[in-house]
Order: sequence, then structure tokens, then C-alpha cells
Amino acid sequence: MPVNHKKSPSLPPPASEVGIVVWVKKNLFSTYANGVMSLAAIVLILLLLPPLLDWAFFSATWSGSNRADCNEDGACWIFIANRIDQVFYGFYPAELHWRPNLAGLLLIGLTIPLFIKSFHYKNWLGAFILIIYPFIAYFLIHGGSFGLEVVSTTKWGGLMLTLILSAVGIVASLPLGILLALGRRSKMPMFKSVCVVYIEFWRGIPLITVLFMASVMLPLFFPEGSDFDKLLRALIGITLFQSAYMAEVVRGGLQAIPKGQYEASEALGLNYPKSMGLIILPQALKLVIPGIVNTFIALFKDTTLVLIIGLFDLLAIINLALTDSEWLGFDDEGYVFAAFVFWVFCFAMSRYSIALEAKLHTGHKR
Amino acid sequence: MSAEHIIELNGVHKWYGDFHVLKDINITVQKGERIVICGPSGSGKSTTIRCINHLEEHQQGQIIVDGTELTGDLKHIEQIRKEVGMVFQHFNLFPHLTILENLTLAPIWVKNVAKAEAEAIAMKYLERVKIPEQADKYPGQLSGGQQQRVAIARSLCMNPKVMLFDEPTSALDPEMISEVLDVMVELAEDGMTMICVTHEMGFAKKVANRVIFMDEGEIVEENEPNEFFNNPQNERTQLFLSQIIQH
Repeated sequence: MPVNHKKSPSLPPPASEVGIVVWVKKNLFSTYANGVMSLAAIVLILLLLPPLLDWAFFSATWSGSNRADCNEDGACWIFIANRIDQVFYGFYPAELHWRPNLAGLLLIGLTIPLFIKSFHYKNWLGAFILIIYPFIAYFLIHGGSFGLEVVSTTKWGGLMLTLILSAVGIVASLPLGILLALGRRSKMPMFKSVCVVYIEFWRGIPLITVLFMASVMLPLFFPEGSDFDKLLRALIGITLFQSAYMAEVVRGGLQAIPKGQYEASEALGLNYPKSMGLIILPQALKLVIPGIVNTFIALFKDTTLVLIIGLFDLLAIINLALTDSEWLGFDDEGYVFAAFVFWVFCFAMSRYSIALEAKLHTGHKR
Repeated sequence: MSAEHIIELNGVHKWYGDFHVLKDINITVQKGERIVICGPSGSGKSTTIRCINHLEEHQQGQIIVDGTELTGDLKHIEQIRKEVGMVFQHFNLFPHLTILENLTLAPIWVKNVAKAEAEAIAMKYLERVKIPEQADKYPGQLSGGQQQRVAIARSLCMNPKVMLFDEPTSALDPEMISEVLDVMVELAEDGMTMICVTHEMGFAKKVANRVIFMDEGEIVEENEPNEFFNNPQNERTQLFLSQIIQH
């Protein structure tokens, strides 16, 4: 006897329970424990948020020229506003601020087409940004040719320095990390050992030690009088240090790629560089985007450590401002502002990585 | 050596550590032959065909593909891999590329074929395996049978002289096996030289001109399909055949 000779139609799901009350009930007060925690969270938010907002915005002083203009009850943002030039550029001469500005705008302008779908020369533009642009930026900011006045790196500072340190660190440590990760998985024992020793060495020492060595010890090995730029030394130190972390993140991705992918690309006749570049790395890097961005964010925040070797990044500039006898006692404003700037950049990186993951998602694996 | 011998394995031995996986394997394949290799799991059938394109390395004996001997020499390996296509049990399509990109990748990057031409070739083979409409999808969006047909087309795009099949239907749901086998039958009818490791005895009877039975790393019996299935000589072959026919 046929059980059901007609195809069953697909029915719509049961009338869904919508509305805010239902949502709250379902998500915040679904169980006794959940309800208690939700209540506690709400109380905490009500206790903390209003005074914080009041301090930072409603009772805050936004304009004025000196201490006397500050409102006692709120944050005094004049402190930051007065020094905004230093916060952005360090000791870079004010009349030359257009040079780093131009470099920044140029980078933004060059990057925009990368996000336009119908733009066809993304690879070339990307290569230009990575290979040619750094030289343009260097000549603009440092000067010394095309009639531009030299501004020595000792005068660079503030947010500009933070961004330069992290951008160079990020751009240089990723390819180095990839090479180290591939090296660590190499079948050639010597090559592999070199990579393992490198990674384990740099991962085993604190960044502060690296920076101290770069600024204090390294010059001892150079001939008397030879001046090796301090910023460059810090950059090299940060890059070498972070590339070791990057290598391990990338290696994790490489290990997650099934053996069949290697075999299929080999069987098709792809040699090692092509098989890595076209098949394995695109998949492996996609898998470890969260780890890579995690390392980038750590690197971004670690750049603050350069203050101990006498470079004035954003945080160091704020620290310096706090010692101004005119403005003693504005630590809260200074550090809250610095934290906010760092948070904005880190949060942007985090959101970008999520967007990138979504974009590169090509359905189910394998 | 006759020019018609496209593949020769002479006294091939292989060890995994101390484990002797291939023992004195001798196979000669003429152009246009369809060879089926069967045997219980762990008998070395997959290892044998994986040695032919050097996914596995043999330690003793000689493997000659289309006049080129496989040694450790990378040039020889690359040469042979251009001539030999391979289809895997788990398809091994590249999940980050579309179907069309999966097919054009090797012709473009290994044979330096122009992109437009590679795409034309790819579409030709996609039509041949009857899924041209899936060209812009990603492998993850296709069924297992479709993926395996794409994998076959991907190999064909390199215009190989020999196709190796490593249990191409073992990972498929039953209703998808025949769509893959149909493609393989057509391929055989067109005169492609094929070596298939498979448990599809129906396919072997229909297509193969020789069946090789392996057990414990050696070739136990080798015969044309009729004799092989109806009149197996060796005890182990008889046991194997009785076991797979029982169910």
C-alpha cells in the first residue's frame, strides 16, 4: 500500500513570535540564572554609564584656552586640544605638517580603488602601494630630495609615528612570517632548523629586550660615529619580533589544509611555489585571518613600548604632556584619550577582518 | 621496449619504514588499455598508482611513463605529471576557486595557455561531464558526484595521455556513483588509457581489458575480465571475489 503518494508541500514555519517583549523574554530572562545575570548587568550599566557619559561629554569642557576655563565636574578636553599638533605629529615642524598629511591622503586615495568591485588593476595597485608607496611616503615625510627640507626621524612622533611603526611592522612581518612558516614545514633539515631556531628565539624574549638591544647594544657593534637611525632600528626589531609570532599563526593555517590539496596540485603539475601561492596559502591565510589580525592588533599596541628607547609615539607624547607644569593633574583625560584612539584603530582592524572573512567565504569547505 | 608501452613498472618495491608495502610490482600498460586494479584494503593498490605520478616514491625498480623514467629528478617528475592525470577518492577540488578556475588553473600556470583559450577548453570538458551550468559555482555548492565529475574534467583539461583513478566512487552516495562511472565509461570508449583502482566490479567487467588483483603488496593475479571473474586461479582471488559478491 502506498504510504504517501503525493509530494508533501513545504509549509511556512509556525507563526514566529516577534516583538521586543518576546525577544527580551527569550534571550534575557529565559531561565532563573539568566534573569539574575541580566538584571545584574542592567544595574551595572545603569551605575557606570551615566556618570561616565556625564564626565566625558555632558559636563566636559570642549573649548577654551587654559586651565581656568575647565569645568571642575567633567573632563577637560582643552588639555588635548591645546596639544593636538603634538599628539598627531610629535615634534614635526608645524609649517611642514602638509607633508605627512599628503602622504596619508595619498595612501587613502590609493586604497579606495581596492574596494571598488569593478576596478580591474587591483593587483598592480596593491603592488604599487606595497612596493613604491613606502618610498614616496619616506621622501615626503623625511625629505632630503626634490628640494624638500630634511626632517630627521627624531622629530617624528605622536599618532603619526604610531601609525608608521605599526604599518611598516604589519606589512613587513606578514611576508617574513609566511616565509618562516613555510620554512618550518620544509623537508630540508638545515633550512627547517634555521627557521625553528629563529622563531623560538624571537618568541622567547620580551619585546622590551629587543628594543633595548636595538637601541643600546646594537650601536656597540658598529664603528664609532656611525649613526644608525633609531627609528629604523626599532622598526627592524619590531618586524623581526612580530614575524616569529606571525610565522606560528600562518603555520597553524598550513597545517589545517588537507593533504589532498597538496596532492591534487602536485598531480596537476604545479611546482612548489605555484602550488603554495595559488592553492595552499590562499586557503591557509583565509583560515587564520582572525589570528593574523590578532597579531596585528597586538603589534599596534606594542608600538607604545618604543617610548622606553626615547621615541615619542602617541602614548609617549601624552606622557610628556602630563608633565607640563601648566597642566598637571590631567592624567584621566590624557590616558582616556590615548586609550580611545588605540581602541578606534584596533576596533577598525577587527571589523575589517570580519568583513574580509565574510567576503572570502566560499561555501562549505572541501 | 615497444613505443606502444605507455607505462612500465619493472620490479617496483616500496617500504614505509620497515613495512614492505609493494613487493616486486611489474605492470606494463599499452596505449589505450583500461586496467582495473582491485584487492582488499591495505593491499597496495592505491600506493601503486600513486607511485606512477610520484605522489609516493618507490625505492627499488623502474617506473617509465611515456619514455621518461621516474627518478628523484624534478624535471622528470614534472614532465610525467603533465602526461598523467589523476582523480582522487575525495575529489580534492580547490575550495577557494570556482569550478571554472579549478579547471583553468593548471593549463594557465603549468602549460602557459592563454586564459581565454583555457576557459574554452574548460567549458568543453565541463560539457563533456555534463555540468557546464555549474562553472561559476564553488566546489562546496556541488554534490559529491558533480564534484567528482569536475575533478575528472580538471584532469582532462591538461590533455593527459593516461588517467589514474584512485577509488573515484568510494566516497560517493550510492545514487551518485553511476553518474561518475558513466563519464568514465565514455572516456574509455574514446580510447583514453586508464588505470583504475576501484571496487566497482560491474565497471571492471564492462570497461576493463585487464584486471589486476593485489594482496599484501603483491600482484596475485592478472587476467582479462571474463577469465578473472569466472575462473579465478588463485585462492586469495577466489576468496576476495566470493566476499564482494556475497553482498
